[in-house]
Amino acid sequence: MQFIATPSTVVSLAAAEGEKMPLIPHIPELIFGLVMIGILYWVVSTKVVPNLEKAYEERRAAIEGGMEQAEEAQAQAQAALQQYEAQLHEARTEANAIREEARAEGASIVTELREKAQAEANRITESAKRQIEAERQQAVVSLRSEVGALSTTLASRIVGESLEDDVRQKGMIDRFLADLEAGQIRPEKVGVAAAPATESTDAEQGVLDLGTEGNSGQDA
Amino acid sequence: MILTALAAGTTTAVVAEEGGGEFHTPSPDIFWLPLIGDGQWAITEQMVWGGVSVIVLSIAMIALSKNAAIVPSKGQWLMEGFYNFARNGIARDMIGTKHFLKFVPLLFSLFSLILLNNWMGIIPPVMNPTMGKIGFPIALVLVVYVVYHWIGIKKHGVKGYFAHMVPDGLPGWIKPAIFFLELITYFITRPLTLALRLFGNMFAGHMLIVLFVSAGAYFLTQGVVFKLLSVPTFIMAAVMFVFEALVQFLQAYVFTLLSASYIAGALADDH
Repeated sequence: MQFIATPSTVVSLAAAEGEKMPLIPHIPELIFGLVMIGILYWVVSTKVVPNLEKAYEERRAAIEGGMEQAEEAQAQAQAALQQYEAQLHEARTEANAIREEARAEGASIVTELREKAQAEANRITESAKRQIEAERQQAVVSLRSEVGALSTTLASRIVGESLEDDVRQKGMIDRFLADLEAGQIRPEKVGVAAAPATESTDAEQGVLDLGTEGNSGQDA
Repeated sequence: MILTALAAGTTTAVVAEEGGGEFHTPSPDIFWLPLIGDGQWAITEQMVWGGVSVIVLSIAMIALSKNAAIVPSKGQWLMEGFYNFARNGIARDMIGTKHFLKFVPLLFSLFSLILLNNWMGIIPPVMNPTMGKIGFPIALVLVVYVVYHWIGIKKHGVKGYFAHMVPDGLPGWIKPAIFFLELITYFITRPLTLALRLFGNMFAGHMLIVLFVSAGAYFLTQGVVFKLLSVPTFIMAAVMFVFEALVQFLQAYVFTLLSASYIAGALADDH
């Protein structure tokens, strides 16, 4: 094509120059230029740019979405941490309260038990005392009759006379006991060796001593 | 192809006249390449290559952006790099983040179309920058011209658009002069310079390359001294190729940048 064109220009320079000024547009080229940009614009604006912009938008959304998700996760973690801390605190307070309560309860239980034990001990002591008293009374009563009988038997044997007469016997015994209680009869006179401490004892002690005296007398 | 053909043509022409005849410097006629028909309605080689460039660009762009995903493939990555240059480097920087997206398709179309057609000036087998024919830059400028006036009038209204050409805060007596200057700028200077800058660069660049290559080829037909002279001439031609590659890219960039700037100016709230 150039092959054809160039010699022709060489041959007919003047004609070509007159016809084709470089600044005068060749009308078909101008029109075709509009067609070119029109077609390319249509292709670019309908097929190329939307695809790329969509990809950009998706990319932006993906990045922002990822960041949002991360932020959300962090916030959730923070919230969970706070919740755990709150729960831990609560649990600690609760544990303290329970411990305190248990301590108080334990103390009250101990006090109660102590009181109970004390009461029980008192009760036992009381009943023991009462039993001792009862036994003592019983012993006194039995001693009184036994000592009477024994002394009567002993006396009758020693005296050799029968003191069967009830009235006399009774009168004798009563007199003897009255003497005994009055302290006119000393245990030394009857027993082998009695402690001098008995001298200062009260009447009850004297009665008890009498029992022992009686027994030792019986043994003798 | 054309260059070699041209060189061969020149040589044959020269040889046809007489062995070692005179050298014809390339004239603007080298841009007149009718393929079908002749005269006013001839279909030229530049039209064919321009059509091919549109088809190639369309197919390549559709193929590279069809499966656009969040994680780009290698092809999409390349496409995005190219697209982002026009989208972010030109449209967003000039027009601003608020309105730029609407104009990205136009600016990106202009940039890609001009760039490919310019580079065809050094890419075999074309070796002819389409924009070296004034008709194509005029067509593109016409589009830009209509667009920036249209959006300006749409935003400000006819009266407001003309009023907005004059900056605020000027003393009253200077306003008519400024208005007159701005009117010339908006309606004559801008489209004229936009078209002529692109055309002139491509035209002159192609002329220079053809000059060096045809001169080198011519020297080869002459004596020994001239044959030696052809070596630096061809080297110079090669340097011009590299230089032209840069100029062609730059012109595509400047054209798109200025278009974006005119659109931004028409959209601006004040002057």
